[in-house]
Amino acid sequence: MQFTRTEMLPPRAPPVSQSGALKWVRENLFSSWLNATLTILSGLVVYSLVKLSAPWLLHAVWNANSLSECRSVIAANFGPDAGGACWAMIRARWYQWIFGFYPPEVYWRPILNFGLLFVAMAPILFSDNLRGSVKLVGVVAALTILGLALAQGSWGLFALLSAIMLVSLAVAAWAPRYLLIATVLYPFATVWLLWGGSIWGPLLALAGFALIVPVYRALSPRFGLVVATTGGVIVASLWWFVLQGYVADALQTAIPLGIVAVESDKFGGFLLAFLIGVSSISISLPIGILLALGRQSNMVLIKALSVGFIEFVRGVPLITMLFTASLLLQYFLPPRVQFDLILRVIILVTLFSAAYNAEVVRGGLAALPKGQSEAADALGLDYWQAQRLIIMPQALKVSIPGIVSTFIGLFKDTTLVSFVGLQDPLRGITSIVRADIDWKGIYWEPYIFVAAIFFVACYGMSRYSLYLERKLGTDHR
Amino acid sequence: MNKTLFLGTLAAGAMLAGIAAAGTLDDVKARGVLNCGANTGLTGFGAPDANGDYQGFDVDLCKAVAAAVLGDQSKVKYVPTTGETRFTALASGEVDLLVRNSTWTFSRDTDLKLDFVAVNYYDGQGFLVRKDLGVTSAKELGGATICIQTGTTTELNLADYFKSNSLEYTPVTVVDDADAQRQFLAGACDAFTTDASGLASARATLPNPDDYVVLPEIISKEPLGPVVRHGDNNWGDIVRWTYYALVEAEEKGITKANVEEMAASSTDPEVRRLLGVEGEQGKFLGLDNDWAKRAIAANGNYGEIFETNLGESTPIKLARGLNALWSQGGLQYAPPFR
Repeated sequence: MQFTRTEMLPPRAPPVSQSGALKWVRENLFSSWLNATLTILSGLVVYSLVKLSAPWLLHAVWNANSLSECRSVIAANFGPDAGGACWAMIRARWYQWIFGFYPPEVYWRPILNFGLLFVAMAPILFSDNLRGSVKLVGVVAALTILGLALAQGSWGLFALLSAIMLVSLAVAAWAPRYLLIATVLYPFATVWLLWGGSIWGPLLALAGFALIVPVYRALSPRFGLVVATTGGVIVASLWWFVLQGYVADALQTAIPLGIVAVESDKFGGFLLAFLIGVSSISISLPIGILLALGRQSNMVLIKALSVGFIEFVRGVPLITMLFTASLLLQYFLPPRVQFDLILRVIILVTLFSAAYNAEVVRGGLAALPKGQSEAADALGLDYWQAQRLIIMPQALKVSIPGIVSTFIGLFKDTTLVSFVGLQDPLRGITSIVRADIDWKGIYWEPYIFVAAIFFVACYGMSRYSLYLERKLGTDHR
Repeated sequence: MNKTLFLGTLAAGAMLAGIAAAGTLDDVKARGVLNCGANTGLTGFGAPDANGDYQGFDVDLCKAVAAAVLGDQSKVKYVPTTGETRFTALASGEVDLLVRNSTWTFSRDTDLKLDFVAVNYYDGQGFLVRKDLGVTSAKELGGATICIQTGTTTELNLADYFKSNSLEYTPVTVVDDADAQRQFLAGACDAFTTDASGLASARATLPNPDDYVVLPEIISKEPLGPVVRHGDNNWGDIVRWTYYALVEAEEKGITKANVEEMAASSTDPEVRRLLGVEGEQGKFLGLDNDWAKRAIAANGNYGEIFETNLGESTPIKLARGLNALWSQGGLQYAPPFR
């Protein structure tokens, strides 16, 4: 007799409670009485939400010319008591949410400008990641060309603009260094593309910056950095505020070069939100860094000014700043000076977000051990070198989440400009479309549409900040 | 001290703006464009359409003034204003004229240093209810829930009205008209109250307009009119009489279509004076003699403007009511052109 097995038993499946979906459910959803209750409760909430919104979403109508037509289509298809989304409103008026009242025949200008925005940002966003930068420019170039193809315009123009995007892509792929030229030129290109008019204004404004360099070079050996910089700025300001206008007019008469001018009151919707958001974001970060440094400075005057500015601005609601921009400034300016409202708003929104950024960056600075700056001093680095090479890279790395959340907040706050009569997408354009008797009475659809676009933009920013944190390894592992 | 200094500076700035803008007519002529403060979202009164062109009852008055002063009704720059910014935009000189369904009140006329030069629409607060509620008068609304926009004069008027009639009500606060309409439709309130013109357009866009009724009571006076700055009487006269020219034109049967013919053939001395065939009336305003003719030719007389934007031919279907001519039982009355 032998009781020894001659062959191995086949492995048996683990007990049902220890594997697969059941295990996961047990461990994650019903591990205790409290968790089980919470699971059931949240399940009920999700169910009731879906039950509430699903019919509304499923009964959506895309083709109609008015809300009442939407309603009759829904009633015909789903019974008289059925409710449904009327996306036809978005279909009929989407362009106003995107471009405001920008003339349709020149939609190519904001489209191109939006595409170039990413081309200009690529070398900064992906400073040492060629693949990321090429991917971004590639996707944007494709989308821009698609957008341009859908917009009005001649074939020649379309070919030219597509060529611009493709050249950008080629530069991004094979000569990424030169893409920085696009970054430097972009602000001037934006002003010219969006507002149009003579090309000489932006070109000569650019020339003003070029003036700073020779003045700085001439003065710096004898008088030092501060005087030379100040001198350069004074000469450039003289050029911008006194001479530039005359020279630009003269050049425009001699060689008229330009595109159709578009007035500021035509700007609206997401064009306006992105214009205010992007300009304020990009200008407020450097100002914020300077303010944070100023607040930590040993020089009493600079410190007092920085602290005063930061505390004052943070103590005032953004709405107040906007009203200042729209109402108060107008009183102090001479009556015939029409200082563009969008520009006024951009300036004040920038200052507002600079104060917040300053505090976020100060948090990053405070996180650095004092030894870092002392080590920089010991190496013989001067103040700016120490900041640039040692302090700021570390401080900014720590502050990335804070800075990005300020930016996201700022971008969403651009909708507040509706209070000063600008046509933001959320309240401004929505109320305009609702004033049309065809669409009056519509409620959720515009909000959902606008929220979706805001979500894409803000989620993109948030993902990028996660990527940056990962790349820079902020957790000191 | 600091506050006084600040306010002083502000006042000085305002005065400076006022003095420098004393010749609004000259400014407008030099600029070649009339800056008109407009509403951006009130159905029938003022809002940009699908092409971004401003349309509406108030907007047509801007156009008429532009036609009278500049000879071209399209030479208007519409400055979007909100309820908060409108009067400051006018006081600071950003706009020459504000036609934005603004109610003429004592304090606005005196304290804010503005001039309401006319009343182009007599509005008033009313109630919208479902027909099956069986209510025929606002006095039967005791115990009702009422949708009301917060922070507006309508809220105060409602409280006053119910108090003086010793009725109870439960307010359901809403943020704007769209919200009110949604809540009312969902049955969150029995009645919805706002200006009668707003109720008419709200009713027109409800799923079954015939199931709803606007109650006959009007519980407040809301005279809406064009506003100009204090202190420039000539400009105020121009706006006032341009408006009266439109009213007078309706009374005399002068329309957009027949204005040229009337000017050529009418024997009525008042028509001839109005249309500049006789007399030198335009000179008194600093304009030429055809000013009124151009204003009428732009979008027609008062009745025509009402009809195209608000009247029976539009989905809003507002009745003339108080805004009928005085000769037809309304309040629209133009002083004699003499």
